[in-house]
Amino acid sequence: MTPRKRRRLAFAVALVAAGAGAAALVLFALKDNVLYFYSPSDVFAKHVPAGVAFRIGGLVAVHSVSHGAGADVRFTVTDGKSSVPVDYRGVLPALFREGQGVVALGALDGAGTFSASEVLAKHDERYMPPEVVDALKRSGRWKETP
Amino acid sequence: MTGEIGQFALCLALALALVEAIAGLAGAQPANALARRVAAASAAGLLVFVGLSFAALTYASVSDDFSILNVAQNSHTLKPLIYKISGVWGNHEGSMLLWVLVLSVYSAAVAWSRRGSERLTSAALGVQGLVAAAFIVFILFTSNPFVRLDPAPFEGAGLNPLLQDFGLAVHPPMLYTGYVGLSAAFAYAAAALITRERDWARAARPFMLAAWIALTLGIALGSWWAYYELGWGGFWFWDPVENASLMPWLIATALLHSALATERTGAFRSWSLLLAIAGFSLSLIGTFLVRSGVLSSVHAFASDPTRGLYILVLIFGAIGGALALFAWRAPGLEEGTAFAPVSRETALLLNNVFLTAAAATVFIGTLYPLVLDSLTGTRLSVGPPYFALTFAPIFFALLLLVPFGPRLSWQRGDLRAALRTLGPAFGIAAVAGVAIFAFTTPRTLAGAGAFALAAWLLAASVVDVVRRGWRLLPAAALAHAGLAVTLIGVAGTTLWRSEALEVLAPGESMEIAGYTLRLDDVVGAQGPNYQAARANVTVLRGGRTLAVMHPERRLFPAERQETVETAIRTTIVSDLYLALGDRRDAGHWTLRAYVNPLAPFIWLGALVMALGGFAALWSRLRRPRAMPAAHPAPAE
Repeated sequence: MTPRKRRRLAFAVALVAAGAGAAALVLFALKDNVLYFYSPSDVFAKHVPAGVAFRIGGLVAVHSVSHGAGADVRFTVTDGKSSVPVDYRGVLPALFREGQGVVALGALDGAGTFSASEVLAKHDERYMPPEVVDALKRSGRWKETP
Repeated sequence: MTGEIGQFALCLALALALVEAIAGLAGAQPANALARRVAAASAAGLLVFVGLSFAALTYASVSDDFSILNVAQNSHTLKPLIYKISGVWGNHEGSMLLWVLVLSVYSAAVAWSRRGSERLTSAALGVQGLVAAAFIVFILFTSNPFVRLDPAPFEGAGLNPLLQDFGLAVHPPMLYTGYVGLSAAFAYAAAALITRERDWARAARPFMLAAWIALTLGIALGSWWAYYELGWGGFWFWDPVENASLMPWLIATALLHSALATERTGAFRSWSLLLAIAGFSLSLIGTFLVRSGVLSSVHAFASDPTRGLYILVLIFGAIGGALALFAWRAPGLEEGTAFAPVSRETALLLNNVFLTAAAATVFIGTLYPLVLDSLTGTRLSVGPPYFALTFAPIFFALLLLVPFGPRLSWQRGDLRAALRTLGPAFGIAAVAGVAIFAFTTPRTLAGAGAFALAAWLLAASVVDVVRRGWRLLPAAALAHAGLAVTLIGVAGTTLWRSEALEVLAPGESMEIAGYTLRLDDVVGAQGPNYQAARANVTVLRGGRTLAVMHPERRLFPAERQETVETAIRTTIVSDLYLALGDRRDAGHWTLRAYVNPLAPFIWLGALVMALGGFAALWSRLRRPRAMPAAHPAPAE
């Protein structure tokens, strides 16, 4: 082999090795570290088991928000068909309101309550998280508003 | 009138860009000296007219000309002057105009720099002209900022308050200087393929450096803004929009290193060309991700399918065209001199392998949810755990090898000699790792490893400077030390951050990491275009008052939006970070506090990296421009 060929071979081998390593890492990481997005109807339809982290999205049900001790908040997320109670300890986003879109991140506990570690609301008056729009459309409760 | 002047100037700019493209590409033929002069002149003209167009839009924004739709939608008479100016690029149309302005600045710089041969410069101008024309057409037909509104409203709708901030006024121009700077490297690469010039890497280097410096600072500014403005206490969220700026940075870093070898010994000639193409392609993909509205974030100004489609066509045109050119012309490129398995070239090769692998993992993590959604309709998100598992190990492996590169000679290096000079650095790293593991909590191997790695990089850089002296501006040593500083910040914040959240009535206190925070009261305050609830929080330590901090919540009536204004007290080695939460009943407020040890190092490190870039740029610009006579252009 000429030095040039050897160099090319070394380069190709290194790239392939790194590519294989990265691909293995990526596959391994993608298997367990993605968060699925479910609407409240999905949660019931798909029997999401307790303890599996996911994101839930929908509207904050009217008259469902209640404050517990300290920074504890409880509310219900609904897509019009199904509802899931949510328990959260933390600061609510500025635009968190009853009847408005919300996305929460967390997992179900044994009793069917969604224990949220993060709550995100739409971040301006005109904006609705696309996942929430999608969830509402699928449950047939989406109304085009100006 | 202003709107019409801007519109007219932009149309003229389009004509000039087309002239630049045609004349520039024609000038790649040796005989067409006249075409080369025309290309250079139209590059200057392009800058003048795009500048005029941009000035017109800025004037309209500053003078509250609400008869222009773009100004009416994004400005407000009460908005402070600086945000009227920065608001020009705080929306989709204006930001695209800024993109073209930066592009024309680079194009004029290429015309004036006269690095590389006349033919190479001319072909590079031609490619830049093509890119500029494509973007101006995009602006004129899908995102015209000069569209009139009749009748004009008395008041504008205002700018997203999250964007009314100094960090975010500077962040987009900085990031664009980086993104578009990669288009200069791309133009030189394409020109090298067209003309089969050998010396393109040397000619393009100042532009690569400028782009890399701007990207580094731009990303750091964005991360800093997210830290103090969003109120979550974090500095990097692996948000797709953040990833869109990180990928070009990784590829630009790889390009800077591989082009060094290409320039010096001719090694990796084709690979460097590919990286230049990939870097600009990722800039375009980033623009697509951010601007098309497929992602929901502060950056997604508008979701208009035609825009996304046009950018997508532009991406495929640029990538496809460049790759076709590469496939056609690259096989004829001359190869460089051979190198031994232990050599500077091998070190740079490993650098490139790791950096591209890291960029690939980010790419997959960012695009996987989009692809899956469009194929199966399954909605999912890929978050920090994925990147911690993929990006982090690859980048750590890269950092481990960094100190070897500058110590190995070209073509044939001496590994033993390199190890000898690295002995002290290795000792310091071991001591640092063991000390962190033994004396701090929580006791984690990853944490100890991160600090050992940072010490390893820092000590190696110091050894480098001591060995070579300050006279030879130690660009590499500075840039590598900057990496170490950032790593210290990231590791410190991740390992030792404390967080507390309480609902407090005025007069009540909370504790965090040895500090006592007493909420004295929350008072109303009036800003120029917002009303604020302003908390007075007294910070005590061991019974002694340290400071009074004022976290705020601001309500912007014009935009009907609320923002959190954090209060941060920094001692460089640690940040005390307060964010005022929502109001609960009976005058209670939630107060969120973080202590982020070593957080400022994250951005300090980026600054040091950029300094390294400036050192390299400075030593490069001081060198004479003329090509060495020993490198005649190869015959066609």
